[in-house]
Amino acid sequence: MKLLWLQAAGCGGCTQSLLGAESRAGVLAQFADSGLDLLWHPGLSEACGDEALAILQAAADGRLPFDILCVEGALLRGPNGSGRFQILSGSGRPVIEWVSDLAARAQHVLAIGTCSAYGGIVSGGENVTDACGLQFDGDQEGGLLGKDFRAASGLPVINVAGCPTHPGWVLDTLLSLALGALGANDLDAWQRPRFYTEQLVHHGCPRNEFYEFKASAQKPSDLGCLMENLGCQGTQANADCNLRLWHGVGSCVRGGFACISCTEPGFEEPGHPFLETAKIAGIPTGLPLDMPKAWFVALAALSKSATPKRVRENSRSDHPLIAPAIRKSGPK
Amino acid sequence: MSRRLRMGPFNRVEGDLEVTLDVTDGCVTSAEVRSSLYRGFEHILLTRHPLDALVIVPRICGICSVSQSAAAAAALADAAGLEMPANGRLASNLILACENLADHLTHFYLFFLPDFARAAYCDRSWHAAAARRFQATVGEAQREVLPARADLLRLIGYLAGKWPHSLALQPGGTTRAVTATEKVRLLAILSAFRAFLSRTVFGDALENVSGLGSADELAAWAQGRPADFPLFLEIADDLGLARVGRASNSFLSYGAYAHGGGDGQPLFARGVWQDERRPFDEQAIREDVTHAWLHGEQPLHPGQGETRPLTGAFADKASAYTWCKAPRYDGVVVETGALARQMVAGQPLIRALVAADGGSVLARVVARLLELALVVPAMERWVRALAPGEAFCAPWELPDRASAAGLVEAARGSLGHWLRIERGRIAGYQIIAPTTWNFSPRDAAGVPGALEQALVGLPVGEGERVPLAVQHVVRSFDPCMVCTVH
Repeated sequence: MKLLWLQAAGCGGCTQSLLGAESRAGVLAQFADSGLDLLWHPGLSEACGDEALAILQAAADGRLPFDILCVEGALLRGPNGSGRFQILSGSGRPVIEWVSDLAARAQHVLAIGTCSAYGGIVSGGENVTDACGLQFDGDQEGGLLGKDFRAASGLPVINVAGCPTHPGWVLDTLLSLALGALGANDLDAWQRPRFYTEQLVHHGCPRNEFYEFKASAQKPSDLGCLMENLGCQGTQANADCNLRLWHGVGSCVRGGFACISCTEPGFEEPGHPFLETAKIAGIPTGLPLDMPKAWFVALAALSKSATPKRVRENSRSDHPLIAPAIRKSGPK
Repeated sequence: MSRRLRMGPFNRVEGDLEVTLDVTDGCVTSAEVRSSLYRGFEHILLTRHPLDALVIVPRICGICSVSQSAAAAAALADAAGLEMPANGRLASNLILACENLADHLTHFYLFFLPDFARAAYCDRSWHAAAARRFQATVGEAQREVLPARADLLRLIGYLAGKWPHSLALQPGGTTRAVTATEKVRLLAILSAFRAFLSRTVFGDALENVSGLGSADELAAWAQGRPADFPLFLEIADDLGLARVGRASNSFLSYGAYAHGGGDGQPLFARGVWQDERRPFDEQAIREDVTHAWLHGEQPLHPGQGETRPLTGAFADKASAYTWCKAPRYDGVVVETGALARQMVAGQPLIRALVAADGGSVLARVVARLLELALVVPAMERWVRALAPGEAFCAPWELPDRASAAGLVEAARGSLGHWLRIERGRIAGYQIIAPTTWNFSPRDAAGVPGALEQALVGLPVGEGERVPLAVQHVVRSFDPCMVCTVH
């Protein structure tokens, strides 16, 4: 399948993330070996200037058929609807026009990262640039292409959201498309591939024992649970970061800091400082979604009162102070 | 005969770039560099909680993400009057060095070298080897480089959770303490990277590379050595890359890797090079917006600076041709990056190359490769110095009111964040990124920026629409356009 990649108003971090894919011979070799032909990518391809414009123009005109359009970065409609905050260099035309033209020719359209899916960080604050996603404007359907947009395959935009997106999410999506194994039912309500969003960041969190006992970190670098004080949204964030891992070993919570739910529309405006937990009467406002709040509060009070000394003390340190006991050998 | 050449989209750079050249009698007489994307990060940061900067600024750039975090953490630490504990400093340096080295590698193999594999060079003796190794997206080197890069990034996986866009770098240190066993694993990651560099990139031990002191020694060392850097040196010699791409020949470095050089000194010194090394004065920086699509009159120090885009009739400001401001140091155009860092630090080979031919395409690339050889041994020392059990992060309290600056060295050079806090919120945030310096437009006096100067005089063939010499010079700066305007 032929793949065309555009960078709209983003940071390029989703491409950088993809290049870090843990693949025996690297992601580019994996593309080639899987029959994914990179028609043009702004960061990687040989063609520059007029050579590149010729490829893009031919693709937009339908003279150069291609299968997959990947768009990275938010779509800037400003100022005043002109799209002028991002002109495709060398062409004099706004990037949003190129994206619309190319999306109309593609079999599949992928939003790579949260900016391209929903607007993301670039649409934060007053959104001076009038940034949006391909088919969403924050959590509202629409975006650049409109809510009724369907690619030639019949699918809406596939939102491989994440800030950055995980290389495995992109690769699994592309390889599934190449196999014809990704359909409308495989997308969730935000049009994200369900294979990675029907998990919670909480799943596989190495701080689970601290969570169980509500033994909370008090300050950055503490080992305890990050939910109560330090803004962690892992119990509500749809992603498999702690099952899949980053670079084979990491994740946000494994790195010692909060999950900010970056796969979600609107994550850029949580309504409170990112690294503090919003609370009402001492109770976090963001609680696990599929559990009645009263149960959670009751359970939390109970577990706090039953916290073992080891768990409590370790939760407030950056390294374990007390090791788990070693049980006696013999029949159990 | 004169013609005007507009080059864009200028790819294999990070972000959006257009270069316009006036060509007369086969030679570039004038260049304009355009940054064609405006996102408004400095505006997005306003009125937020100061620590929110740690979430937002890394997302300016996916390739300099950690550098942006480090600059914000440094500015916040400056505001809080905070010193990191030794572990926090060591871990911060390791995370930043890991990104910087990964970026140098990415630039060399993915952005810069593929141009020598082009068919236009097919009559050169080295072309077959270059095409086999370096061809864009399919060259055999990429099957070796990307896995080596991914393995190196595991170091950030341990110390900072993920790359890009980590929150591990905090004003008081880092969020992730390491255990004694993890120290062993970090050293194993660095050993594997060292072996890759020795085998594939240099064909020699790192210490032998960083010990080279002159152009003659470098040439003799490279002769017949079967590795990618020596192959590049053969290409550079044949194409005369030491004699193209000279910019202002003034260099700026904020100094890299705090306390990383022993005796409390940074690994690479802070300073300015103008025929000799001079002390750096932060107050000598001004940003000029005469040729940018931005509001503003007088050049301002970034502590007082603002970024307000034109949103109405662009034609009203006919002088403007880019979203990029024009930063000047003491009124002059300076170049920043690995070359500047090593000039200021006094690296003998780089000083010799610049003394002979000025800042050139060759000198910029050699400086990056030398940093790979110089920084890996430093990283090994820093890992050994980590003390599990001792603090990685100091507690802090942010003031309600402060003016502060965070100055760091990213892969591409000097990166500064200027922060103003009022009533506990961000009241001002200005950023000058490395490529803002290097790819600046003209200033009020009409003096062109560093790249604009470096392109003048280059040959352009009769039928050439995307001249290769121009591409080599532009990419030799390793521009990051998303940082440039932010």
